[in-house]
Amino acid sequence: MSHVVIIGNGIAGVTAARHVRKNSTKEITIISGETAHFFSRTALMYVFMGHMKYENIKPYEDSFWKKNRIHLKQAWVENIDTDAQQLQLSGGDTMAYDELIIATGSKPNKFGWEGEDLKGVQGFYSWQDLELLEENVKRTQQAVIVGGGLIGVELAEMLHTRGIEVTFLVREDRFWGNVLPYQDGELIAKHIKKNGINLVFNTELDIIHGNNQGEVIAITTKDGLKIACQLVGLTAGVSPNIGVVDASNIPTKRGVLVDHYLKTIIPNVYAIGDCAEFYEHPTNRKSIEQVWYTGKMMGETVAQTICGRPTKYMPGVWFNSAKFFDIEYQTYGWVWNIPKENEEVFCWQHPTKDILLKLVFDQTTQVLLGVNTFGIRMRHDVCNQWISKGAHIDIVIQNLGAANFDPELFTAYEPLIVAAFNKKYKKQINLKMKKSGRIANLLTKVLNR
Amino acid sequence: MKIAQRIGLVLFALGFIAFIGSLFTSTYTLSNQLISDSANKGEQSAILQDILKNVVDKTYSSKWEFSSKISYEIEKINEFYRSQEEWEKVIYNQKELLFYLTKNSANGPINQEPSLWFLLTFGVGILGAILTNAFSYLGHPGMKNNGIFQSTWKSRGTVGVLLGAFLIVFYILLYWFPHYIAEWALMLDSLSEFLSGNPSSQWFLYGFLYTIAILTMGIRFIKKYRHNKYQMVRTISVMFFQTSFAFVIPDILARLNLPAYDLKNIFPLDYSLFFEWRLDEYLANGFIGYFMLFWSISLFLIGVPVITYFYGKRWYCSWVCGCGGLAETAGDEFRHLSDKSLNAWKFERISINAVLVFAVVMSLAVIYAYITGDNNLYGIDTYKIREWYGFLIGSVFAGVIGTGFYPLLGNRAWCRFGCPLAAYLGIVQRFKSRFRITTNGGQCISCGNCSTYCEMGIDVKWYAQRGQNIVRSSCVGCGVCSAVCPRGVLKLENGTEEARLNDESIFTFGNDGVLKLRDDLDTHK
Repeated sequence: MSHVVIIGNGIAGVTAARHVRKNSTKEITIISGETAHFFSRTALMYVFMGHMKYENIKPYEDSFWKKNRIHLKQAWVENIDTDAQQLQLSGGDTMAYDELIIATGSKPNKFGWEGEDLKGVQGFYSWQDLELLEENVKRTQQAVIVGGGLIGVELAEMLHTRGIEVTFLVREDRFWGNVLPYQDGELIAKHIKKNGINLVFNTELDIIHGNNQGEVIAITTKDGLKIACQLVGLTAGVSPNIGVVDASNIPTKRGVLVDHYLKTIIPNVYAIGDCAEFYEHPTNRKSIEQVWYTGKMMGETVAQTICGRPTKYMPGVWFNSAKFFDIEYQTYGWVWNIPKENEEVFCWQHPTKDILLKLVFDQTTQVLLGVNTFGIRMRHDVCNQWISKGAHIDIVIQNLGAANFDPELFTAYEPLIVAAFNKKYKKQINLKMKKSGRIANLLTKVLNR
Repeated sequence: MKIAQRIGLVLFALGFIAFIGSLFTSTYTLSNQLISDSANKGEQSAILQDILKNVVDKTYSSKWEFSSKISYEIEKINEFYRSQEEWEKVIYNQKELLFYLTKNSANGPINQEPSLWFLLTFGVGILGAILTNAFSYLGHPGMKNNGIFQSTWKSRGTVGVLLGAFLIVFYILLYWFPHYIAEWALMLDSLSEFLSGNPSSQWFLYGFLYTIAILTMGIRFIKKYRHNKYQMVRTISVMFFQTSFAFVIPDILARLNLPAYDLKNIFPLDYSLFFEWRLDEYLANGFIGYFMLFWSISLFLIGVPVITYFYGKRWYCSWVCGCGGLAETAGDEFRHLSDKSLNAWKFERISINAVLVFAVVMSLAVIYAYITGDNNLYGIDTYKIREWYGFLIGSVFAGVIGTGFYPLLGNRAWCRFGCPLAAYLGIVQRFKSRFRITTNGGQCISCGNCSTYCEMGIDVKWYAQRGQNIVRSSCVGCGVCSAVCPRGVLKLENGTEEARLNDESIFTFGNDGVLKLRDDLDTHK
């Protein structure tokens, strides 16, 4: 019976293991040095904030693994011998594999700043980072966060709940500028400031200063501004965590290089999730994808190939989501930070509340290309259908109510949105009634007969 | 703002101290007049006056000594009557007697100034609770579960255990030794007289405490979820049903000499519906009595299945029910303590359905006895069955465990493991309903907030992370899973039955490569 070994117990590795189990009787081992069991990395922040405990962020009960005959090994992999098909583990053990899946995830970027290894300077990615943070906040009244992305805003919220004064340095002129369009980033920035975070744009970290115990005491920005702090959060992106393959003959660039089948050129070695880099992405996306959902999809895909049904990684319409303090964000399809030439952007923003809906469509074909939504939940299947089938923007506007996923009784903003659309494009589109309002629908029909 | 919250907390603590202290302020002097006022018939009065002649007109400073003397004498005479088989003379209403005798014998600041003491205890406490709750959850509206797992009272810390112990003791005193808390009822006499025309019983006291708990903690809940209309409307609904249907209306009915019952309480949660004294009471009250009986039976037979078909069991459990109302308001801070394990689910399915069966069997036995006049069913005394049901289910399970254990087992232990009506509603919801919690495509990140804050212990993320809708008999539709979800993945809704139990999607929504593979495999089958 062949032995599938997976390095990394994150969402990609665990999803692969589950699907190999579904489709085969192969022996499966997941190796991780981080924690004994799979936990949801995206939920680490909630453990810090006291919303949950470690037990709560484990997606499967501990008995699940035995029941599904998936072995868990807690160790760090030190070397991969691809000729002998054998792993060298910390503590001196070795483990042979027939198929190897590398799913080692990411690590926080460091850019060689002076003082970046001082005590109190850290990224936020792993369980160990969370433990370190708990240690570091004990002596923290002021913190500086460097890098305006998703992990940065999470860290800001986390520290804020412990009453720590947070300065958030962002290199760009807006929040998450390499992803969000200006107006969207502005909305988030305002919200972050409203929550008591000192958000500073167009500012870069220069030097991190320490005391003679090697603890951080301040930073200086490139403009020469000195800010006292006892904690520096480095959240300027992540890169593939591929130290484990360094000494092996597995080719890498920024990540472990793979083809469309998530295979490396070394026989029986695959890479998935954050650590994988495509020679060329099967659907012309970026060659490295570092989100939860793509890790999950790659895990599902590679399991098919390993179980004898070679399957290309072919993700459909892009989607992602996040939460910035109290604003929920969802995106479907492509909404570029700077619109492309052929794109028309319709954006509706609530005059007072932190609610924004952005629809991007093709100027000539009028087909929907992307959706950004802040403060309104939308249905994944409806948006996916619209974008994959190329729905006309008028149809989208007319059926906006059907895409709403807000809880019942929430205020519906669709009438306002449709009115704004009609005004901007001089159209007379009528919003279709929601499916769920049957009694109201019936009443309307009777009254309009 | 923070100061107002602190002041509120201090006021609440002062009110609470006065409330507990009030139980230790009186002396007790029994008179023959009081005995004849409290006894339920003339003969009993004479017996009591005789056996209690050594107690009468003496002043006791200890409530314990006073009540044990009375109990002792009653026990002694009962034993005598039993040995003589003089059943009609046996004093069965011992608990009530003791309660009223103690309450009316009390002499001290409480009975001299009941209104002042009402203000010092209930008044100050309620004011404090309102103040602290209205100024809780400050800051930007949104989910704020910060620090819950570090909290000593919310997460089974010392304060949580003490609170649980206090509630358990309270329930034990209320159900079996109400005379120990008689002073509390004494303070409520004027309110009770005003509403129903009767002095306050321990049940009026309980109803009052229950209602103010729902109202004051409802304010807290609304404050916490002020960004969420579903939560606010639902909470206003339980506050309304508790205040009107459960508390005020029965008192008004009593004042009008009509059967004084909570008209939203549904059989078999309302397990005494078919007891002969209740049936007799309905039948003795003409059209209104008949109507009330008809109403109660129709709610059970027609209301439950029809409304649950359209809206799920939530229409009752988290919008109308009193137990649910208390759980959702006073119990909200403990919702994360419910056990999410597979074993807990297995136990739940057995225990809740077993209670349903017990309730139905007990009621059938009672109805049989009522119709035939024969209390003996296959050699079992139907009185004994209902006595055991009342003790085990009605008091121990629903009261002591259900509410007393809030800070230890979470706020829905009764609703999840014991409520026979929830079992019935759950069967309808599971097999014939339009209600489901929809999972939004592939957006779940398995963070676990939904499961953690599910008061019914449903492992919501188990379904959500595989793109499956949640259709579970136990779901009370509180909507908190949807509220705490950081990615907008869950929505409570009613819709067509076909799309409800969506088949397990296996692959992440949007993973077109493997989805195509699955379709290919399907066509080749």
